[in-house]
Amino acid sequence: METFFEWFRVLYDDTGINLPFLYDSYDRGRMFDGFLMTIKLSLVCLFFSVIIGIIGAWLQGSSLKWTRRIINGYIQIFRNTPPLVQLYFFYFAIGSLLPKVQNDWGGQEPLLGSFAWAAISLSFFAGAFNVEIFRSGLEAVPESTVEAAEALGFNRLQVYTDITLPLAFRVCLPALNNNLVNLVKTTTLAYAIAVPEMLYEANQIWSDNVNVTEMMLFLLVAYFLLVGVLVWVMNSWERSMKIPGYGS
Amino acid sequence: MSWTEDQPMVSIKDVHKSFGDLEVLKGVSLDVKKGEVICIIGPSGSGKSTLIRCVNALNDIQQGSIRVEGQEVNDPDLNKLELRKKVGMVFQQYNLFPHKTAVQNVMMAPLRVLKQDKSAVEKKARALIKKVRLEGKEDAFPGELSGGQQQRVAIARSLAMNPDVMLFDEVTAALDPETVGEVLQTIKDLAEDGMTCILVTHEMGFAREVADHIYFTDRGVIVEHGPPASFFDEAKDPRTKEFLSQIL
Amino acid sequence: MKHTSAQSILPVLLQGKGKALNGFDFSPKLWHGVILLAVCLLTSTISFAQSAPAKISVIDALFRWMPLLLQGFVFNLVISVFAMAIGTASGAALGLGQISPNVAIRKVCWFVTQFFRNSPWLVLLFFAMFLLPFEFSVFGLKIPLPDWLKATVGLSLPVMANVSEIVRGAVNSLPSGQWEAAESLAFSRRQTLWEIILPQCVKRMLPPWMNLYAILTMATVLASIVGVSEVMTLTGQALAAEGGRTDLLAPFYSFVLLIFFIYCYPIARWTVYLEQKFAVKG
Repeated sequence: METFFEWFRVLYDDTGINLPFLYDSYDRGRMFDGFLMTIKLSLVCLFFSVIIGIIGAWLQGSSLKWTRRIINGYIQIFRNTPPLVQLYFFYFAIGSLLPKVQNDWGGQEPLLGSFAWAAISLSFFAGAFNVEIFRSGLEAVPESTVEAAEALGFNRLQVYTDITLPLAFRVCLPALNNNLVNLVKTTTLAYAIAVPEMLYEANQIWSDNVNVTEMMLFLLVAYFLLVGVLVWVMNSWERSMKIPGYGS
Repeated sequence: MSWTEDQPMVSIKDVHKSFGDLEVLKGVSLDVKKGEVICIIGPSGSGKSTLIRCVNALNDIQQGSIRVEGQEVNDPDLNKLELRKKVGMVFQQYNLFPHKTAVQNVMMAPLRVLKQDKSAVEKKARALIKKVRLEGKEDAFPGELSGGQQQRVAIARSLAMNPDVMLFDEVTAALDPETVGEVLQTIKDLAEDGMTCILVTHEMGFAREVADHIYFTDRGVIVEHGPPASFFDEAKDPRTKEFLSQIL
Repeated sequence: MKHTSAQSILPVLLQGKGKALNGFDFSPKLWHGVILLAVCLLTSTISFAQSAPAKISVIDALFRWMPLLLQGFVFNLVISVFAMAIGTASGAALGLGQISPNVAIRKVCWFVTQFFRNSPWLVLLFFAMFLLPFEFSVFGLKIPLPDWLKATVGLSLPVMANVSEIVRGAVNSLPSGQWEAAESLAFSRRQTLWEIILPQCVKRMLPPWMNLYAILTMATVLASIVGVSEVMTLTGQALAAEGGRTDLLAPFYSFVLLIFFIYCYPIARWTVYLEQKFAVKG
């Protein structure tokens, strides 16, 4: 393996194509940590945005007018304002209002770090889309299918767990996957508040090595592959969930 | 008050039903005895479908009384599960559960609603699939079946609950002409087995062949009724005559 | 035959989907969002105005900087319009390439589209900022390429890829009968495309295209990360000029959120309206 990495040092010496994240173990570690951070941030946001989506879709069916209005207000605000400004708002504005806590070395540090704020902000952003996705999925289940289940004596809960949810989930899946892919791309915004994800680490490396061109091309390829693999997995999943003749 | 078999199985008395300002049923009365097959015919929008949906408590009524085996349907404390065990219903749009195979569609209600033993349910479900002449299609999804085949699965699905009365709501209206016959044959088999059936239909030839009694509704009232022979050949009311002349 | 049996079950689905579309009711009105943001703004304003009596009030500070911030926002809009124009023109060409009868062109265009669609906007922005020259020469004439123009090009790349997909999707969503009917009337492929297919597609493409424009407008703030003096950069500078007062953070960021909301929300409403209108007409 080491000879493989060393080959890139030779490549640099011979051609000037500088890929330190391959031949330099320190940069390699940084880049790998950045990759893991991107994955971690994506997974955390995915989890919370789906929870927000489910709760939001449920609250949107509430009979209380103001509950529905607040949920709709949340959706519209998060969908129609720049996610980067949302992130700044959370990190700088709300972050500065929270109390400081004492850290292990006796110093003061914010209650929540940049990773936590990035996770919160992006979860709310993606969650706003998920509420709409889940709700339109539920609405896409025909009333007549629900009626048929009622005529067979299913109670409300059984209709929900046996008929509505399995069908709605299949309707949601493409949009949900699309949103997930967008979420992974949006994690790059965390760069702006210095969360050490892939873009941030690449920036560190090109600052140290003055190899912007190589790092830029590498980043493009890396995200292309990451998102490409994700899209491929999601499409296979969608296909395996497909019911003959349902959906189109 | 107990119900005995010599009394009407379904007894409808002076039923009124409105959707908002629109009164669709303006005092309808009819009785169905055990083992009897009745057909309700009439122009679109005359309230035929609404009437049989009321029998199954899918729609409520504002005034009047519907009794199924002596049990009052127009009762706020009605146990809908008990009613729906007695009354099976087949819809115009089949309304099969698209995410379940044919045999799973038939098995679902006995398993989930009646909590019956799985192996017994499956055995019965396969027998019912055979009864509606769909052997070999047990594991097909609704999307893989023709309209006529789906409708026969829907009939089997209702029969799985062992109903005492079957309601058929224009079950051939959405079918391709070449598959109408197979569905009508299935219903005819049922009628010959002694099942009590209430059909809303536009198939006059079929009504004449299988019905014991024909009811003609128009604008929310029963205009005329009688056994098929006298109804079709000696209609008295001008509205009936006009309708029959258009349709025959 | 398979087709007709599939269609015979579809009505149930179509009915449901149609209902979902028609029922796609963004029941909140514009004023909800405005009120929520105003509440946000006011509460922070009031609480901090009281705690910092020596300095100028939050409202005064906001009003003092508002003209500059609005100028910055206009710059964002200029960037968004240019990026949209470049992205739409190149994306339309790429999209038509994706439906070309030539396999090689189709494959290449598909790949380019996927490549730029899968890349994060911010990475593409960095890409353009660092890899485009600061000036280039045409016939010995030096044409400078300022940062904001580079950012515009960077933002137009993902727009291009998305427009390409919109074009391809709209053309493919037309029933094949349209192509066959035109062919039977002896239209050439080019004529069919330009005179029959594309005119029908415009209606289908408009809502997603507008949606894309709103996304692009919101993405223009990314240019602040690479140092373009748009509204977010100016907000940061204004906050610094006020001495980094933490009580100004919430009102200033809220103000930026608010102006974007006021601009993008009507676009979103209009998009939904058009979607519904076209869905009903089919």
